[in-house]
Amino acid sequence: MEFFGISLPGLLSQLLLGLVNGSFYAILSLGLAVIFGLLNVINFAHGALFMMGAVITWMAMNYFGINYWVMLVVAPLIVGVFGVVIERLLLRWIYKLDHLYGLLLTLGLTLLVEGVFRSVYGVSGLGYDTPDLLSGGTNLGFMFLPNYRAWVVVASITVCMLTWFVIEKTKLGAYLRAGTENPRLVEAFGVNVPVMITLTYAFGAALAAFAGVLSAPVYQVSPLMGQNLIIVVFAVVVIGGMGSIMGSILTGLGLGVVEGFTKVFYPEASSTVVFVIMVVVLLIRPAGLFGKEN
Amino acid sequence: MKYKHTTLALMLAAAGLATGAAHAQEKVTIGFITDMSSLYSDVEGKGGATAIQMAIDDFGGKALGQPIELLTADHQNKADIAASKAREWIDTQGATMIFGGTNSGTALATAKVAQEKKRVYINNGAASSALTNEQCSPYTMHYAYDTVALAKGTGGAVVDTGGKTWFFLTSDYAFGHALEKDTSTVVEAKGGKIVGAVRHPLNASDFSSFLLQAQNSKAQILGLANAGGDTINAIKAAKEFGIDKTMKVAGLLVFLSDIHSLGLKNVGGLLHTTSWYWDKDDASRKFANAYFAKMKRMPTDVQAADYSATMTYLKAVAAVKSTDADKVMEYMKKTPINDFYAKNGVLRPDGRMVHDMYLVEAKQPADSKKPWDYLKIVKTMPGESVFTTKAESKCALWK
Repeated sequence: MEFFGISLPGLLSQLLLGLVNGSFYAILSLGLAVIFGLLNVINFAHGALFMMGAVITWMAMNYFGINYWVMLVVAPLIVGVFGVVIERLLLRWIYKLDHLYGLLLTLGLTLLVEGVFRSVYGVSGLGYDTPDLLSGGTNLGFMFLPNYRAWVVVASITVCMLTWFVIEKTKLGAYLRAGTENPRLVEAFGVNVPVMITLTYAFGAALAAFAGVLSAPVYQVSPLMGQNLIIVVFAVVVIGGMGSIMGSILTGLGLGVVEGFTKVFYPEASSTVVFVIMVVVLLIRPAGLFGKEN
Repeated sequence: MKYKHTTLALMLAAAGLATGAAHAQEKVTIGFITDMSSLYSDVEGKGGATAIQMAIDDFGGKALGQPIELLTADHQNKADIAASKAREWIDTQGATMIFGGTNSGTALATAKVAQEKKRVYINNGAASSALTNEQCSPYTMHYAYDTVALAKGTGGAVVDTGGKTWFFLTSDYAFGHALEKDTSTVVEAKGGKIVGAVRHPLNASDFSSFLLQAQNSKAQILGLANAGGDTINAIKAAKEFGIDKTMKVAGLLVFLSDIHSLGLKNVGGLLHTTSWYWDKDDASRKFANAYFAKMKRMPTDVQAADYSATMTYLKAVAAVKSTDADKVMEYMKKTPINDFYAKNGVLRPDGRMVHDMYLVEAKQPADSKKPWDYLKIVKTMPGESVFTTKAESKCALWK
């Protein structure tokens, strides 16, 4: 069977690869959506935090011999703490200002962080081996799927679903959502909103770092790895609807798949297709696919 | 009679004054513009600036009695930035030579500016053969390698060892297109066949989709018509998806920095073409060690060529006692280049500097005896056999 000259197995394998990339988009856009929802900050530093997760994982392995599985937990914690520092020292001063200031501040942070890592490690990247447990691959009949890529999809969808559950279905999540709507009122009920905000930013940063650890064996660990992803991820958030949790997860996965198919039918457009979709969505639904119109 | 002598003397004096005045303005200023921060910056980047500065220092730091100045900028792989920066340097900073860097798109744009403004234009990092072919200029010196030499070197060697059917993974801009086209010509001339190609955006991060398409083509050879970070990620993904078990990967433009980044266990056996290797001979090792002392990395062939080309230019300026681009180019075209980088290098009328190229193979991890011991020279290829020939050339200056 063939579709537009591409065999069915060919399409299936591209669908699967699209899901792998979509998993990274989902987990990164989720973090952005959570941060934007509560802090109203467009966190441009997300790509840098993602990169830090990967580089810290590489450093731990090469300088201290700490393995991948430990770093899957530790790297997000370290970057989360870095997030606390950023929020406490810098971001909290600009909440009252226009969105643009947050964007500029976090963009500046990105340039700083990337610059430091670039001057130390260069741009060619550092190799990180796939953990032994997940090395090798499975022949699915229509394609050879490296086990590690399958793990990426499973791990990121699990984390995304957990996050969604916590925010939408638990009491803590209820505070968070209430804090987004009306922080003053929530504070009046005795909830410490500033701490909640700090922890939210830290959590968003940790999510980015988690994606970074996941990506370390897939891409070369390089100071520029976040830069390549972040612009696409922003488009994902805009398409899904700013602040919508489930929206950003589904959009992330979906756009990964669309991008994957573009790579088969018209590869030259694969880096722009997401933005074309963004323009169309903004024209039809300015608040995004899952966003609420005010 | 006496009157005539006086006039002559006055004229000579005036001429002397005039040359004196011209000398006073003739400060050598080199404007170096390359990718300083993105995917090609390990290939040349700051290391290229360091190599140029080393050449300036070794030359004594002065030319025509004045200190030599080096300006540097990051073109961010954007042709408009590269061209406007070159224009600005020539118009306001008195740049006498524009040293263009990696990325053929930026190089073609900058070479045009240099031609219009009559300034010497040297390029090492950009590979597109158009620089000395369709778009050749009397002021361009294309020094290190080009897509034709890479195609004839690697492409020819691979077809000779039985790799007859090819699939290209091509970077979607001037350089990738040129490399794909030039390699296809070589492969087809030798009886090989091109079964397909996929063009990916510059600086793509995920290559798995493209690689599966390559695998489905059932070609024997996967030709990588890309460079730097793109080549690295493509080779890494080819390994992960087991593509290297069914196809043989041919890196058409591979740099030492790529091999270093990937590690020999991922690239051992990779056949490619280079214009220079640091462990080639004593003179090369001497330069490489001096460079290593500054950068803590061994130089790529582009960085070595940056040193050599700067030295060639400065010697020419000193010899003709002028920065006039026509005079400097004329001198460089008639003077053979001999140093650690090139043996009897000849600058042709089309702007191509012809010198030996090397077919090299990445060593297996067990054969690497010291840090940066990565390559084995398989064959030295005389320049005449790999660069564009007069019969193939479309350059109007070489007819």
